[in-house]
Amino acid sequence: MMWAFVLLPLLGALIAWLVPDNRRRSFVLPVFALVHLAMTAWLLADTPPPSPGGWIYLDALGKLTLLSNSILFTVCASYAVGYLNYRRKRPNRVLCVALLVCLSAMTLVAVSQHLGLLWIALEATTITMAPLIYFNHNARSIEATWKYLLICSVGIAIALLGLFFLAYSTIVAKQDVTLLLGSLIDDASRLHAGWRHAAFIFLLVGFGSKMGLAPLHTWKPDAYGEAPGLVGALLAGGLVNCALLALLRVYQIAAASTEGALFQEVLLVMGLISMAFAAVFMAKQTDFKRMLAYSSVEHVGIIAVALGLGRAALFGALLHMINNALTKGVLFLSSGNIHRAYNSKSTQFVRGALRRTPWSGALFLAAFLAITGSPPFGPFVSEFLIVSSAFVQGNYWTGGLFLIFLAMIFIGMAATVLPVVMGKIPNDIEKTPYRDSAHTVLPPLLLMGLVLVLGVWIPAPLQALLHEAAGLLGGGK
Amino acid sequence: MISLADQLLVLCLLLNFAVLGTSRLAFSVRAVALQGVILGVLPALIHPFSWHLVLIVVSIILAKGAVIPILIMRAIRKAEIQREFEPFIGYIPSLMLGALFTALAFIFAARLPLAPEHEGLLFVPASIATVMCGFLVLMGRRKAISQVIGYLLMENGIFVFGLLLADAMPLMVEAGALLDLLVGVFVMGIVINHISREFSTLDTSRLSALREE
Repeated sequence: MMWAFVLLPLLGALIAWLVPDNRRRSFVLPVFALVHLAMTAWLLADTPPPSPGGWIYLDALGKLTLLSNSILFTVCASYAVGYLNYRRKRPNRVLCVALLVCLSAMTLVAVSQHLGLLWIALEATTITMAPLIYFNHNARSIEATWKYLLICSVGIAIALLGLFFLAYSTIVAKQDVTLLLGSLIDDASRLHAGWRHAAFIFLLVGFGSKMGLAPLHTWKPDAYGEAPGLVGALLAGGLVNCALLALLRVYQIAAASTEGALFQEVLLVMGLISMAFAAVFMAKQTDFKRMLAYSSVEHVGIIAVALGLGRAALFGALLHMINNALTKGVLFLSSGNIHRAYNSKSTQFVRGALRRTPWSGALFLAAFLAITGSPPFGPFVSEFLIVSSAFVQGNYWTGGLFLIFLAMIFIGMAATVLPVVMGKIPNDIEKTPYRDSAHTVLPPLLLMGLVLVLGVWIPAPLQALLHEAAGLLGGGK
Repeated sequence: MISLADQLLVLCLLLNFAVLGTSRLAFSVRAVALQGVILGVLPALIHPFSWHLVLIVVSIILAKGAVIPILIMRAIRKAEIQREFEPFIGYIPSLMLGALFTALAFIFAARLPLAPEHEGLLFVPASIATVMCGFLVLMGRRKAISQVIGYLLMENGIFVFGLLLADAMPLMVEAGALLDLLVGVFVMGIVINHISREFSTLDTSRLSALREE
C-alpha cells in the first residue's frame, strides 16, 4: 500500500515521458497530483501499520510534511498547466518528468523511518530539482543550477558521513548496527558519546545546508531567483520541509540522548544568524524573486529558533512549517505571474503590478503581509506562539532579537514589494502577452485562502496532529 | 589481510596528493577511479565472505572505477580542455594544506575509539583526510570538472568510512547511495556540457552574474 503510494508519481513520470505533445503532457501533472492528494487524505485518516522491518511508517511528523507537500504540489501542478500554456514553444518533457519524480522522492522522505532510506530520498529530491532550476536554459540559470547542485550535493554528502558516524556509534557501543529511527531513539543515551557528538554536528551542517540555514544558504538566492515560479514554490515550500523533516529526525534522537540541550542551543544560534542575514540582505534588494530567497532564509531561521527554544515553541515551529510552505507557494506563483507580465524581475522596471495584473498584484501584496507576520494570516499565529514561548521561558534576549529582526525584515521587504505592487507603471514598458487568467490565478488564490483560514481557525484534526507531532519532538522523556 | 588493507588505505592517501598536485584533469580522473577500485577491494579484506559483500564489491568497482570515470572523461572530451588553469589555491600550497589536513585527520581519529574488531586500522584518518582533500580541490579550483573531481574525492572519503559498516548496512541503502551518486554525476556532466556551450569556457569564476553587490 505505502509502496504503491510512493511509486504512483513514478508511473505519472513514465506517462509524461511517453506523451509526445507539449500541451497534452502538462495535464498529466494535475491528474496525478490530485490522486496523490486524495491518497494522502485517505492515509492520514486511516494510517496503515508499520511495514515489516519498520522501514516505512507514517508518523505524525511525516503526516504533517506529507500533507503540506501534497497540497503545495497539487496547487503547483494545476498552475503548471496555465504556465506551460504561456510557454508552449519551450519543450517541457524534462520539467514534467522531473516534477513527478521529485514528488515521489518527497513522499518517500515523509514515510521513511530508516535514516538511510530518508537520505537516499532526500538526495533524489536534490538531483531532480537541478533540471527544473535550469528550465529557462540561459547563462544565469546555468550558473544558479551549478551552484545549487554543487553546494547541496556536498552538504548532503556531509550528512551521509554523519549518518555513518551515527551507525558506527552503535557498533562501538556493542549494539546491533541500525539506522532505524525507533531503535536509535530508544538507545540514544547508550550510543558512544564521541561518535554521536560528531554525527550530530555533521548531520546539522549537512541538512542545514540543504535547508538553507545561514551561513550555508549561499545557493538559495540564485536558485530561487532563476527558477520558474512554480519550481521556486516547490523549493521553498516542499524541499525545505523535506530537509527540515530530516533535521527533525536528528532532533528526535538528540532530544532522547543527553545532548538535547546542546543541539538546541546550536539550532537557536543558527536560527538567529539566519534571521540576521535575511534582515541585512533583504534591504535594497532590486530583484523581487531573489528577495523571496532571503525571506526563505528568514523563515527556516524562525523554525530553527523555535526548535532551539523547545517546549511550547515546538507546536509553533510545526505550525509555522505548514504556514511558511503555503504562503511561499502564493508568493512564488504570484511573483512568477508578475515576472511574465513585465518580462523582468527588477524593481527598476516592474512597477504598478496592481494595475497591470490586478489579481497577481493583490495576491503578492496579501502574501507579503502574511509572510511578514501580519494578522489575520497563518504565519502571525505561529510566530506569535514562538515569540511568546521565548518570553514565557524567560529567554528575553532571544525574544527581543526575534522581534527586532522581524521588524527589520518587514521594512526591508516592504521597500521592495510596495513599489512593485503599487507604484506607477513605467511608460516605456515592454509589451508581453501575459495577462491574469483563471489558470494562473486560481491556484495561488486557493492557497491564499488556506493561509487565511489557518490564521483564524485551526481545524481540530490538524490541531491534534500538531500536538502529537510536537510530543514526538519532546523526546522519550 | 589486515595489513594489506592498511597498505591499500595508505595508497588511497597518496592518491589524494596525486590529485592535489596535478593540473591534468584526465590524470586526476584516473587517480580518483583507482581510488574507487581500491574502495571496492577493501571490504573483501576486512569482512567475512557473503554474497551481500560480493554484490557490494562488484557494484562499487563498476560504479566508481568504470561508469563515473567514463562519464567525466566524456565531459572532458566534449569540452575540449585538458588542464586546470590558474587555480585559486596553487598546487604547492594545495599539497601543503593536504598534508596539514591529513595530520589533523590522524589527531581527530585518535580521539575517537574504534570497535575492537577494527582496532589499529587506518580507516578513520584515511576517510577524514580524503574528505578534507576533496573539499580542498572543490574550493581551490576554477574549472567545473575539477570541482566535480573534488566532489568525487569527498564521496570516496565518505565511502572509506562506510566500508567499516559494509556488512552491517542493508544492501538497499548502499545501492541507493551509489545510484544517487551515479545520477548526480550524470546530471553534473550534462550541466558542464551546457556551461561550456553557454560560456565557451569551463571557468566557474566566470559564473558571476548573480553575485551580490
